[in-house]
Amino acid sequence: MTTLFTTDHEWLRIEGDVATVGVTDYAQSQLGDVVFVELPKTGRSLKKAEAAAVVESVKAASDVYAPITGEVLEVNDALVAEPALVNSDAGGKAWFFKLKISDKSELDGLMDEAAYAKHTA
Amino acid sequence: MLARQEDLSPAPALKQTPLHALHLARGGKMVPFAGYDMPVQYSAGVLREHLHVRNSAGLFDVSHMGQIALRPRSGRLEDAALALEQLVPQDIVAIAPGRQRYAQFTNQAGGILDDLMVANFGDHLFLVVNAACKTEDEAHLRAHLSDACLIEPLPDRALIALQGPKAESVLAKFCADVPAMRFMNCGPRRVDSIDCFVSRSGYTGDDGFEISVPAAQAGALATKLLDQSDVLPIGLGARDSLRLEAGLCLYGHDIDTTTTPVEGALEWSIQKSRRTGGVRAGGFAGADRILSQLGTGASRRRVGLRPDGRAPVRENATLFADATSSESIGTVTSGGFGPSLNAPVAMGYLPSSQAATGTAVFAEVRGQRLPMRVAPMPFVPNTYKR
Repeated sequence: MTTLFTTDHEWLRIEGDVATVGVTDYAQSQLGDVVFVELPKTGRSLKKAEAAAVVESVKAASDVYAPITGEVLEVNDALVAEPALVNSDAGGKAWFFKLKISDKSELDGLMDEAAYAKHTA
Repeated sequence: MLARQEDLSPAPALKQTPLHALHLARGGKMVPFAGYDMPVQYSAGVLREHLHVRNSAGLFDVSHMGQIALRPRSGRLEDAALALEQLVPQDIVAIAPGRQRYAQFTNQAGGILDDLMVANFGDHLFLVVNAACKTEDEAHLRAHLSDACLIEPLPDRALIALQGPKAESVLAKFCADVPAMRFMNCGPRRVDSIDCFVSRSGYTGDDGFEISVPAAQAGALATKLLDQSDVLPIGLGARDSLRLEAGLCLYGHDIDTTTTPVEGALEWSIQKSRRTGGVRAGGFAGADRILSQLGTGASRRRVGLRPDGRAPVRENATLFADATSSESIGTVTSGGFGPSLNAPVAMGYLPSSQAATGTAVFAEVRGQRLPMRVAPMPFVPNTYKR
């Protein structure tokens, strides 16, 4: 299992041809208290960089972009019910959606944990 | 992500309030606001700061706002009050010594140039105006009132708001007079032996005080107040969610030069004496339009809106009568999440015929029509000590 990161502060956990996507702890600290999350519909085909989900704090709305191209296999309904999970467990329970990876070469442009740590330093 | 957030990068040449160093020392996340470098939140975050004000007490730096003394050249306060009445639809003459009142500067078309507080300090009037408008307000006062008044901006004073149910007990430790004050009482008071102006008022819908303090002593006083265990520093983020839950207007958003006080649902602030048939009816900028609207109603009205769902509906969302029509009927002027209600809340303008409480409307958010209902304001009941 590999975890990769985007410059837009999303993480991807790669297991076979499935990527689980969430936002990073750095992102949640910048967003502040999350009060609403909107997730894509299961079965939707997402293109890389397309707006896929929405996360809203008390103050502002932000898009979560599809980090790679793929079909939405599953979404985290628990997150819709309890948006504050983004603040308490961004890298774990607060996963957003799972994508069926359509082009593994898109993963090449993503960062590993060390590179992401430098990116946010 | 983080793309749709407001630009948080510091702009050059931002002004600083006398409490700037204190904000930095307390972990304030600083953003540009009305030309000042101001804290949008501290480490507790907007949600906790908001709830702390509702349950305990919070300290806000509102020193960016304009404080102006209006002194009658004749020495008779009534002359200053009568002069100011040319610029606002409120009864200023009737403000008793030690009392204050909410008012609006209007233009010839009846639009609102700014909203403000007017206090009677015995020998002069004391005005508090919005930060973004203070330069224009001063010019407006000079242009129209210079014959009757000395217009004296007070840039060497800071303004601290202490708000919430514990504000009284906290402030009473430094000023024994405050428990005897009621809502909208104001005047010079010694706070921790500092000569201040204190008013029992605020912008949260909760009980609380605003303390005008000489800039040189502001940091020391704010530090003493923050050292009380009941008090947390509160940023602009929670200030906005608190005033939104209280149904209070934010100038430049919910009211501006294109909205009249009647359209803005602020009729309650216009006393009988200035209305048609009153002892000093009219005689203020835009009186024709405002008095006519008071008589026959305006075509549109500011209302409270409660989304049926959980998604916040924010400023500039377009409103529709139903889920499919292409013709917009209004716009959201403020909106977000109300932490005390644990629900989204908004306000906006609708045609008066569709502004009744309970009316169903739809807001367009990210291409979807979200159902909302017109709701009474305040969304959270006031707890003023009247």
